[in-house]
Amino acid sequence: MIVSRPYNPGMATSAGGPSPAVQEAVLDNGLRVLVLPVHTAPLASVWCWYRVGSKDEAPGLTGASHWVEHMNFKGSTNIPRDQVKGIIEQYGGYWNGYTWIDQTTYTETATRDALDRMLFIEAERMGGCLYDPEDCESERTVIISELQGGQNDPDQLLDEELVASAFRAHPYRHPTIGWLSDLRAMTRDDLYAHYRRFYVPNNATLVVVGDVEVDDVLRRVDGHFGRIPGGDVGRRLRTQEPEPLGERRVTVAREGQAAYLKVAHRAPAFAEDDFFPMLVLDAVLTGAKGVNLWASFRTPPPQRSARLYHALVNSGLASSVSGALMPTEDPFVYTISATAAEGTPLASVEAALVAELDRVRVLGITPDELRKAQTQLRARSVFENDSIVNIGHQLGFFATIASWRDYADIARRIEHVTPEAVAAAAARLVPASRTVGWFDPSAAAVDGPR
Amino acid sequence: MTAGRGLAPVRTELPNGVRLLVQPSRVTPAVTLHLSLEAGTVCDPDGLGGVAHFLSKVIDRGAGDWTGDEIGESLDGRGASLVVSVNRHALTLVTTCLAEDFAALVRLLAVVVMRPTLPETEVALRRGEVLTLIRQDQDNPAVVAVERLAAELYGRAHPYGRPSRGTAESVRGIGRDALAAFHRARVGPSTLTLAVVGDVEPEAASDVVAAAFGDWDAPVSPGSVLQPVPPATGRRAVVVPMMNKAQADIAYGFVTIARTDPAFHAAWVMNNILGQYSMGGRLGDSIRERQGMAYYAMTQFDPAVLPSPLVVRAGVDPANVERTVASIDAEIAAFLAGGPTEKELAESKQYLIGSLPRQLETHAAIARFLQTVEFFGLGLDYDRRLPGLLRAVTRDEVMASARALLDPARATVVVAGPYAGGLA
Repeated sequence: MIVSRPYNPGMATSAGGPSPAVQEAVLDNGLRVLVLPVHTAPLASVWCWYRVGSKDEAPGLTGASHWVEHMNFKGSTNIPRDQVKGIIEQYGGYWNGYTWIDQTTYTETATRDALDRMLFIEAERMGGCLYDPEDCESERTVIISELQGGQNDPDQLLDEELVASAFRAHPYRHPTIGWLSDLRAMTRDDLYAHYRRFYVPNNATLVVVGDVEVDDVLRRVDGHFGRIPGGDVGRRLRTQEPEPLGERRVTVAREGQAAYLKVAHRAPAFAEDDFFPMLVLDAVLTGAKGVNLWASFRTPPPQRSARLYHALVNSGLASSVSGALMPTEDPFVYTISATAAEGTPLASVEAALVAELDRVRVLGITPDELRKAQTQLRARSVFENDSIVNIGHQLGFFATIASWRDYADIARRIEHVTPEAVAAAAARLVPASRTVGWFDPSAAAVDGPR
Repeated sequence: MTAGRGLAPVRTELPNGVRLLVQPSRVTPAVTLHLSLEAGTVCDPDGLGGVAHFLSKVIDRGAGDWTGDEIGESLDGRGASLVVSVNRHALTLVTTCLAEDFAALVRLLAVVVMRPTLPETEVALRRGEVLTLIRQDQDNPAVVAVERLAAELYGRAHPYGRPSRGTAESVRGIGRDALAAFHRARVGPSTLTLAVVGDVEPEAASDVVAAAFGDWDAPVSPGSVLQPVPPATGRRAVVVPMMNKAQADIAYGFVTIARTDPAFHAAWVMNNILGQYSMGGRLGDSIRERQGMAYYAMTQFDPAVLPSPLVVRAGVDPANVERTVASIDAEIAAFLAGGPTEKELAESKQYLIGSLPRQLETHAAIARFLQTVEFFGLGLDYDRRLPGLLRAVTRDEVMASARALLDPARATVVVAGPYAGGLA
């Protein structure tokens, strides 16, 4: 085991208390371990991250990563199927997982005396899940139910169509849950092969945050994970999305009660220089969200003085507007969404939105807007690190798509954004890189499927 | 934080009746401000369904000398978002800010609460937003199922049976005058409780709040008297076909008990075993884990002033609606016949007790908890008494709770989605 020196990411986890320090270690089998003691409550949070997401899925196997995540809650060599229920709840704990385009992650948070139990669960998950054929079949219908539940939501349906239209080559184009035909056709062996290939220690990062001691954690981690052999994940699907040659449009013609607009542009990957200027630009347009996907859903952004809120909502054209710029490994899309006000044609909402994009692209933002966006992002970074769960999420999230040290550097990178850099990022909002999506109930009345 | 040893909130009351609860915490250099007004949807006058919700959309769009844009600018400039929402009993304003902005935000929120100007242009704009929200609700099978269940259980005229946002018709009839009248009737010092949690000293917080609210004098009208409804006498099934959807939502429920009922803790444990523990309790085991029919199957139980619903929820393929309802019936019947096992009882109690420190980790969660404690008069030491109250629940009490509250023969079942079958 290689243990590096403590590194102080300067997080606002304990104002007035001792400075928190992340300790990083790498086991001989390649497992990266990050430990951050935070003694504010008698709790510990464990996150185990894998570099596998829906972008690692070939046609025919879309949705495999997410299905594998579901299967990894169904017992293992040393956790019989009937003992899964309650294994962490006994400690007052909570456990869950999620899969997205770049990553799959699992988390437990419980009282600190459950630390060993949480590490045991994650080691079992990495090394010995069962994939009982009956469980695979039963989960197939659960996941199809999850997919259909999502399709009940017009916003989600439109988002899926929009992203699929924005990418031609890159596997970011298919939804994380997968295409229905693949979910119907995939076999137990497909799932197990996907699991065995990617669930190896050298493809994972384990994060422990909370009322713990570093040496104790590392000793326990070595005991649980040290014997799991490393493996070769093989050559990954990799392709670069070609430059788009012009605007793309898609209309979902379904019955519904409201009309929705989404406008997507090519976004920078997290590691690109443009990412933080783009984050500032999004704050100016729709209010600052911060960079914590786990926490950002909880609190709406401060957006009442944002440009698009004025142009679309305060003008009465739309009842809501939002922007989404996600930190991703490869370039994804920056999506602006709006719900049309009753009786307002989508074309009018789109014209007003595009006029604002053109204005910021030509004229850039003001120094006052830059300062306000930076203030908002600074405040969000305090709010989004308000629990050991959120801090653990952030360390592992950035370790998986870039490096956890980038997380520690976020505040500095936000402070260094200049109006010129934002203007350069705004150049991405050109029509040629645009995909426009409409969810248009009036189109369904004419020729849409029921 | 003090979650390990329990909370120690400081409670004060201003001479005009405003109540303040302060819990210092240094988890982050931030403060959550949670203002709760006893002006929830149960206070909507007859024929003006949705007025409390409408007020929540417009109360912060102009106040005192501030225009709506100036208020927005003041919040945005500090990175704070103000979330104004409404439930059956309360209209709440919640924001989290950096500790350095605390005093300024208390002053701003005081003006918003005490002197909203409700400009006509803002009323018109927000009415449009509310109408869109209502249309979105009508297009959402989960919302349709739950709202229809409430209407069936309480009747459409009852404050617990009406849709919280009103109807398109009632909202079109709400103007500035109705909003101002509602504000006059229900917003005053005697209906306001502030919870302040975070990086602030109780004395300093109390001084800031007293300076902002101390001179406020605004007597309110008495709240409406709520009448409980008689229990259902038979089984009812209602289908709301929404053929443009992919999945059907089931809401299956009963009117149960009030939050202050002495049997509340037994009912809470019973509900956890039946439809919450791990992934949806016994119902999740059956419908999701064993039969693979749903992504979610669980219960919701959120007791309030009057006896409130316990609702079983599941989202399923339309072909599985009948099988799912039969499974819910069977699980409830089995629970009534055999009760929980000793193991189930011990596990659920242990979970509910053990999860308390986790539930009270963030400033926002503590503030919400303190408001519940104040509203229902549970006592400032409730978080420390709660483990004992849960530990004391016996298997007999859980059985008695289930037998008093659950009965498939008296269930009301609503299905909304691409299903047109004849559900019994």
